[in-house]
Amino acid sequence: MTAGAACVFRALRDEKNGMIVELGHFCLILALFVATIQSVVPLLGAARRHLGWMAVGRSCAIAVFLLIAMSMAALMYAYVTSDFSVINVIENSHTDKPLLYKFTGVWGNHEGSMLLWVFMLSLCAAAVAAFSNNLPPALRARVLAVQGMIGVGFLLFILFTSNPFLRATDPPANGHGLNPVLQDPGLAFHPPFLYLGYVGFSVAFAFAVAALIEGQVDAAWARWVRPWTLASWCALTIGIAMGSWWAYYTLGWGGWWFWDPVENASFMPWLAGTALIHSSIVVEKRETLKTWTILLAIVTFSLSLVGTFLVRSGVLTSVHAFATDPARGSFILALLLVAIGGSLALYAIRAPKLQGGGLFAPVSREGALVLNNLLLSCGCATVFLGTLYPLFLDAMNGPKLSVGFPFFNRTFVPLMVPMIVAVGIGPMLAWKRGDLLGALQRLWVAYIVAAVAALVLFYVTSGGPVLAVLGIAIAVWLAAAVVTEWAERVGLFRLPFGASLRRAVHLPRAAYGMSIAHFGLAVFVAGVSASAFSQEALEVLRVGSSMKLAAYDIRLDKVERVPGANFTADRATIQVSSDGAAIATLYPERRFFPLQQQTTGETAIRTNFLADLYVALGEADSAGNWTVRAYWKPLVPWIWIGAVIMAFGGLVSLSDRRWRVGAAVRSRRVAAAAPAPAE
Amino acid sequence: MRLVLLAVLLLAAPALAVEPSERLADPALEARARAISGELRCLVCQNESIDESGASLAHDIRVFLRERLRAGDSDAQAMGAVVSRYGDFVLLRPPVKPATWLLWFGPVVLLGIGFVGTVLWLRRRPVVPPAPLSAAEHEALVRLMKDEG
Repeated sequence: MTAGAACVFRALRDEKNGMIVELGHFCLILALFVATIQSVVPLLGAARRHLGWMAVGRSCAIAVFLLIAMSMAALMYAYVTSDFSVINVIENSHTDKPLLYKFTGVWGNHEGSMLLWVFMLSLCAAAVAAFSNNLPPALRARVLAVQGMIGVGFLLFILFTSNPFLRATDPPANGHGLNPVLQDPGLAFHPPFLYLGYVGFSVAFAFAVAALIEGQVDAAWARWVRPWTLASWCALTIGIAMGSWWAYYTLGWGGWWFWDPVENASFMPWLAGTALIHSSIVVEKRETLKTWTILLAIVTFSLSLVGTFLVRSGVLTSVHAFATDPARGSFILALLLVAIGGSLALYAIRAPKLQGGGLFAPVSREGALVLNNLLLSCGCATVFLGTLYPLFLDAMNGPKLSVGFPFFNRTFVPLMVPMIVAVGIGPMLAWKRGDLLGALQRLWVAYIVAAVAALVLFYVTSGGPVLAVLGIAIAVWLAAAVVTEWAERVGLFRLPFGASLRRAVHLPRAAYGMSIAHFGLAVFVAGVSASAFSQEALEVLRVGSSMKLAAYDIRLDKVERVPGANFTADRATIQVSSDGAAIATLYPERRFFPLQQQTTGETAIRTNFLADLYVALGEADSAGNWTVRAYWKPLVPWIWIGAVIMAFGGLVSLSDRRWRVGAAVRSRRVAAAAPAPAE
Repeated sequence: MRLVLLAVLLLAAPALAVEPSERLADPALEARARAISGELRCLVCQNESIDESGASLAHDIRVFLRERLRAGDSDAQAMGAVVSRYGDFVLLRPPVKPATWLLWFGPVVLLGIGFVGTVLWLRRRPVVPPAPLSAAEHEALVRLMKDEG
């Protein structure tokens, strides 16, 4: 009797759950139809100057966003309630999984991560729809239509090849669980930031295509595009930094970047996006470099698409694996060809008609920004070549080849050295016609500081790697150059203190954003260079014995077995001391996940922001001795601190009043637009 | 999502990179082995060197490499022995040969093309020096500068 009641209860619950899943599925299909309307009607409206049709874009974009959000929520609900009638949940979840990972496990798999992708896309389109009161209606309609087209492409991809809402006819009692590697907070939030960055560049792309359709690019256009580009760039910076930090603390030996194709896939749009941010400054200030900027906007988002293709098609494992199960790969490849080929064809037809305005001498702020773009684009092309060359050879049935860090160290890094020098000097040059010699002279403090830093480092690390010392010296020089540029702007030491303080307060946020981001780059370069100084200790330790690492004594006190949420861990207690004085107690772990029969390492890191002490626990031998791996890594935390400072600089720049959606700005724009109601 | 593949492959064997038991007694020889391992790819990982990888294949190559070094091979000979066993795929730095010319020289060529293109573009545009200030403008400028100071 009770069994029967329980059965009825379960059937009722399953029916409700099933309804929600089907509702999510239905919302996704509906989103496809609305996105189709969004990509056609506003475009026709803009061509026929029909305001009502143009306005359809806005409401469609918001509707698509709400529908995909509901769809996302439904999938999350299925995960949180462990609804094992959904195949995706069976394959990637388990009732014992901690709640956080039930949420984030939604995008820890192919289907869910594609849903996150279109969710981010619809979020961007909705944001454009909501925050674009100052855009001319035709431009807004075209931008939203282009975004609608991208949405249609990817919604079709999800619904036909990667549907997360497919049901199992015979639900199992429990699921397969999530890969233990993904059960980590750093990795849980890495995809949303990464995708926001990837997909955010679609706004710049949509603006570029819309501008090509209209045949008009001007300072106002650049001013509208820049905040979107900046915001996506910030998100991508954070996303990449998070992934790299995760690798650092997870892999157990402190590596943070491998130049592997999946990483490169996110780095290429970053490089192109960085170039785009800088070239759009030139369009905004000087009305030149227009065609180049449009091309960059197209290329940046195309690289995001290429990255999605590389990661999602399975082509990376092997070109031939891709050929045996080609549905997903071919679909994305077709999308890529349509999006990239279409936009480039439009570019080829329309771009020559865009005429540039402002003239400038080679040595000028514009010239420096052109150099920035040249070097960043070449760097991006180098990464592209290194990433795709093995695939290319493989596809041609050529020799199998690896392209690893030694290649990139010899090709990419030499391109970035002059780039960093240009970052220091460029902002010191005036627009139109700069004085290079004068700029170099005004940086005298920077040379002295860098030289002193180099000498001290040579002395301290005598016999150490010379290139690393030079790298840090360049970083110090850049930091000093950034401060010098700021000091000049506010007239520090030249004007009375009160006057320069006033100037400092009134300096635009965009200027601060630039200084902060460039300073972050200097911090990053110092961290990367200093990683050459890291030291390693590796021993099999008996409990109670110790080993030496740099100035530290590392003692293994005990290893105990502790239970976790869905794993059991061997947790070591490690005492770090220096000259007998205790410094820290660290608890590295090895976690065993019985469900997947997998072991993961959990490193323990103590940082004082100048250096990391990094300890990883290895295997135990038959006598109960443990392999312990310890590293002392000076300045390495600066790699991520630098990246965060860069992203913060972007956010500060983003808060500049020029692009704030403030009432004052809006009313001025409306007033300015009022005399020309022809649109 | 990024790096996941790498991590999944890494997890095939839970050990981490070089194991103490693998190390050679002679520190000079061991240092050479470490330097060479950094340039050799763990074939089953995504762009990880055998020095970093925990996969059992990486372990095998490390041991093989050390055997060769202990047998008296030079660095080049030891590396050659690994390459003859596993092919060019094992090298993280691809060899320079006709099939990789495009890879190795592509970036330099691109930089050259970009540079020449930029110079041509700049030269095509005549740089007109701004017209000199008239006497009245000059006077106005001096007045403005005074106010500022």
